[in-house]
Amino acid sequence: MNEKKLAFGYTVSKDRQIDFDEASLELYNKVCAAEPSIRLCISCGTCAATCSAAKFSDFSLRKLILQVRRGITKGLQAEVSKCMLCGKCQLACPRGVSTRALIMQINMNLQKTGK
Amino acid sequence: MKIEGKKLIWKEYQKEIATDDYFYARSCIRQNFFPGSEKAFTRILKDELGKNLYDSQHHTSCTGIGYHTDVVPFETTMTVVARQFSLMQEAGYSNYIASCITSFGLYTEIIETWKHFPETLEKTREYLFKATGREFSIPNNLAHASDIIYKFRNEIAAKAKFRLVDKETGCPLKVVEHIGCHYSKMFPHKGVGGAEFPYVLTGMIEAWGGEVVDYPERRHCCGFGFRQYAIQANRGFSISCSRKKFESMAPYEPDMIITNCPGCPMFLDRWQYALSEMEGQTYGKNGNGIPVFTYEEVAGLVLGYDPWDLGLQVHQVPAEPLLDKIGIPYNPENKFKGANGEDLGQPDAPNFLKFYKE
Ligand code: SF4
Ligand code: SF4
Repeated sequence: MNEKKLAFGYTVSKDRQIDFDEASLELYNKVCAAEPSIRLCISCGTCAATCSAAKFSDFSLRKLILQVRRGITKGLQAEVSKCMLCGKCQLACPRGVSTRALIMQINMNLQKTGK
Repeated sequence: MKIEGKKLIWKEYQKEIATDDYFYARSCIRQNFFPGSEKAFTRILKDELGKNLYDSQHHTSCTGIGYHTDVVPFETTMTVVARQFSLMQEAGYSNYIASCITSFGLYTEIIETWKHFPETLEKTREYLFKATGREFSIPNNLAHASDIIYKFRNEIAAKAKFRLVDKETGCPLKVVEHIGCHYSKMFPHKGVGGAEFPYVLTGMIEAWGGEVVDYPERRHCCGFGFRQYAIQANRGFSISCSRKKFESMAPYEPDMIITNCPGCPMFLDRWQYALSEMEGQTYGKNGNGIPVFTYEEVAGLVLGYDPWDLGLQVHQVPAEPLLDKIGIPYNPENKFKGANGEDLGQPDAPNFLKFYKE
């Protein structure tokens, strides 16, 4: 039998379903208490579009905020460290999210829990 | 809740299905995908149930695939559909049956559009008349072919030679039912059981002795999605949807899948092969897949029709394990013979999925 796997010109995408029974909102609740403006975010992505760090890396603040809200904390520490805290996103955000303070809160809490 | 109350609520989830005198419009793709199904439908209606069915030679595709992939404009689609209705009227019928779910959804969408925008209806009348000199009337009753089999499921059960039961243990088979999205998700009140409790296939399974598997991704799309499939690079979306369903249903060890759409059985069947080749993964036991059937094929099997007459030899996931489990006889030698008995040759065996040759 030929055990070679075939390629058909397309791939199977990884399942990105979020299991809310497993996701933990602990980080979100803590960040939210310290920086409630996270609630204002509408995931428009203006921050990510204007981000200086995103020019040199795959960092996206929109994605980071979404992940925190959805309780996906795996790998966030490495993600958040890509931000250089320049604050450009804060000028661009149409919702007045205090993005810089938010990123610092996320970072601090992640460091505390060691995740 | 009181039973009467329940019955009252359930009434709202029913649809009216005509009892006889049907105009039948075939699907443009089903005869390639599952070539015995429509034949089985006409045979069951005419020979088993004694119904009057008009099988038109003159109708065309409804243009549904072109419409949903933005190739055919809605005005054109409406005019083509108006021509189908004109053929129905010409033949002296007013109960229209669509073999395809996409067509059924599209006819429903068009009839609703005409209801809310009478000026669009007038425009369509004008286009059709200018193009063909034809006039048309809207069907009194529009049903999908699975509605008809559902309506007569108990009559079929009464004539059944086999039931969806394991012949060794006497236990009901575990059946996954999959409803086409355009059957009840677009216009819920046009489907039996609506979008919340689609009962059209479940009713058949229960009447024929099987047990329905209620698994988490039961109502997830099969992954057909015209735009997902039409472009090769996008097919990853399609196969990923199917995979999600297989992963979700596999722990329940289903014996078979029944569907009522042209695309769903095609993709649930063929993607099992593609997944096996891409990932080495099969979802049935011992390297088998989970066999996938159309409801006409299952009705035909229950009524004792020859599996090869039903076209089961063109399934990518072999149906033999299920036939053996129910105890339906078949001749492996005839699997790859044409209707005239001529040997058509055997296809290459897949690398992972178990294959049954003579
Ligand atoms: S503060 Fe961070 S996220 Fe905002 S623009 Fe600067 S680098 Fe990007
Ligand atoms: S710009 Fe503001 S609202 Fe938009 S995604 Fe970024 S933080 Fe959220």
